[in-house]
Amino acid sequence: MRPADVLRFAAGSATGYPLRTFLMVLAMSIGVAAVVMLTALGDGARRYVVNEFSSLGSNLVIVLPGRSETGGFNPANAITGTPRDLTVGDAHAIARAPSVLRTAPLTIGTSEAAYGGKLKDVTVVGTTADYFLIRGLTVAQGRILPAGDTGLSSSVAILGAKVREEMFGAEPAVGRMIRVGDRRYRVIGVMAQSGQGLGMNADEVIVLPVSAAQAMFNTNTLFRILVEAKGRESILAAKAEAAEIIKTRHDGEEDVTVITQDAVLATFDRILGVLTYGVAGIAGISLAVAGILVMNVMLVAVTQRTGEIGLMKALGAPGHTIRNAFLTEAALLSTAGAVLGYLIGQGGAFVLRLTFPTLPAHAPVWAVIAALATALVTGLLFGVMPANRAARLDPVQALAKR
Amino acid sequence: MSLIELSAIERVFTLGDSEVHALHALDLAIEAGEYVAIMGPSGSGKSTLLNLLGLLDRPNAGTYRLEGRDVTTLSAEEQARVRRERIGFVFQSFHLVPRLTAAENVALPMMLAGIPAAERAQRVTTALADYGLTDRASHRPDQLSGGQRQRVAIARATIMRPAMLLADEPTGNLDRATGEDVMSLLEGLNAGGVTLIVVTHDPVLGGRARRRVMMQDGSKVEDTGAR
Repeated sequence: MRPADVLRFAAGSATGYPLRTFLMVLAMSIGVAAVVMLTALGDGARRYVVNEFSSLGSNLVIVLPGRSETGGFNPANAITGTPRDLTVGDAHAIARAPSVLRTAPLTIGTSEAAYGGKLKDVTVVGTTADYFLIRGLTVAQGRILPAGDTGLSSSVAILGAKVREEMFGAEPAVGRMIRVGDRRYRVIGVMAQSGQGLGMNADEVIVLPVSAAQAMFNTNTLFRILVEAKGRESILAAKAEAAEIIKTRHDGEEDVTVITQDAVLATFDRILGVLTYGVAGIAGISLAVAGILVMNVMLVAVTQRTGEIGLMKALGAPGHTIRNAFLTEAALLSTAGAVLGYLIGQGGAFVLRLTFPTLPAHAPVWAVIAALATALVTGLLFGVMPANRAARLDPVQALAKR
Repeated sequence: MSLIELSAIERVFTLGDSEVHALHALDLAIEAGEYVAIMGPSGSGKSTLLNLLGLLDRPNAGTYRLEGRDVTTLSAEEQARVRRERIGFVFQSFHLVPRLTAAENVALPMMLAGIPAAERAQRVTTALADYGLTDRASHRPDQLSGGQRQRVAIARATIMRPAMLLADEPTGNLDRATGEDVMSLLEGLNAGGVTLIVVTHDPVLGGRARRRVMMQDGSKVEDTGAR
């Protein structure tokens, strides 16, 4: 039997039983669509998180106080015990390193803001003008912190968009005095809407000069030092330089952790990537179920067409011809299901993107290829047993059955 | 050399614990071009004999020589080839593929033999014209009368120009007049040189054959034309 004839014959058998064919194609397409849509969702979530972190600022290196990795026994640890604090001086020192463009000290605490009888708990961020440049933050009204070192006398504040809205409402905020803690600050700017970043919502903070914030919290330590490298290629150099400078300044003890944004990103990327694989695996189960359905339907087809198989044998069709015809039919049905499922899945991903515009729900190419291949392979694999059964049918008994 | 030579054929079926001798010590020779009716009551082994002749079944013992070649020892693949090229089947219930048109049903054996589509179409057109089915070519079996269905089945059985036609109660599902037409058609083919073997329990139908083989309990009890 010629391949073209096998194909035409199998297609004829498939279309000869429309309901059965429809149900099987449907089952297969649901499996494929599930894989395509769920991986689109998982991968979309991954890309969303990665994007969010990228918005932290480019070429970012972060210095954290304390050592998060175990470095073995260090005699210095035995004597000192606690790590030295990060100071504004450390930030200035790092800023002078060759690969570093600018640094921003960061101290964070909570306090109470008051204006016109309204009270609100706010996150206070103490930093310098460079913070705005590193994070790419802009003001909607007024201006950012004045450049350079500002002493305690500089009592200015910049409000997050949400703080301004809740404290001032329709009133203009710039130029007014607002009380934070037990001191009064002049509002010099209101930040543009920004969103989540570094574990805090930039819309719900009040930014003060670092010295003012440290005075408010009665401390001289920093929460973080944000370091911006001169370029993407100098990120690693900046990281090494920052670590070295801190070590020198801290009596030769490496008591800080320096991480790059890339490392953080890579971790999230990996976690959510694994999540996507997991989701794809779960969806893959529905493909396996569809495969079993293919087998069931093909077995029914063999029973249904016993007479026809007997006739084919009487007309001189050897076993392998009949097996090929049934396998081709299973493959055709699987292919139709896979293609339909692919279209449904992509359609679903499109609807997801329309519904949640921030979520880039595109199915990854590997998932689409894997889903289509799995559909075909399960279809064929589960088609083998029914096809073999058809090929082995005894023609005399098959013909007697009508 | 006879077309068909059966010698000492045994066919035993196991039903539960008991063994049924469907055919026992059967010898039969049929020459090319003969018209033979195999007759007998149900259970006499005539259908088993037909299946053996058509290579749909294998004997437990004995040899079957077809055109001088021992076909009992052939592989399933080779037997399928012999069926395809040398044997045509006509069944009581026609056995047309319901989803295929008359023309496609007739073309089926050629498709299985791998004959190119163009040649198939031409031979089908000729065959349908020969059997007066030209205007029925694109009808499916459920749109055909019983007589037309059996004519399509005969066209299909002869399209590969086989050496012998095996007909199992070919008129069993037809009324008398239509059955008469179908038998004349088969007898016409026999007159053209095709060996015709008809299995029937109908004495009238069997009486038309030049040679009658009576079967009973798996053995040949009478053979009018044994030479």
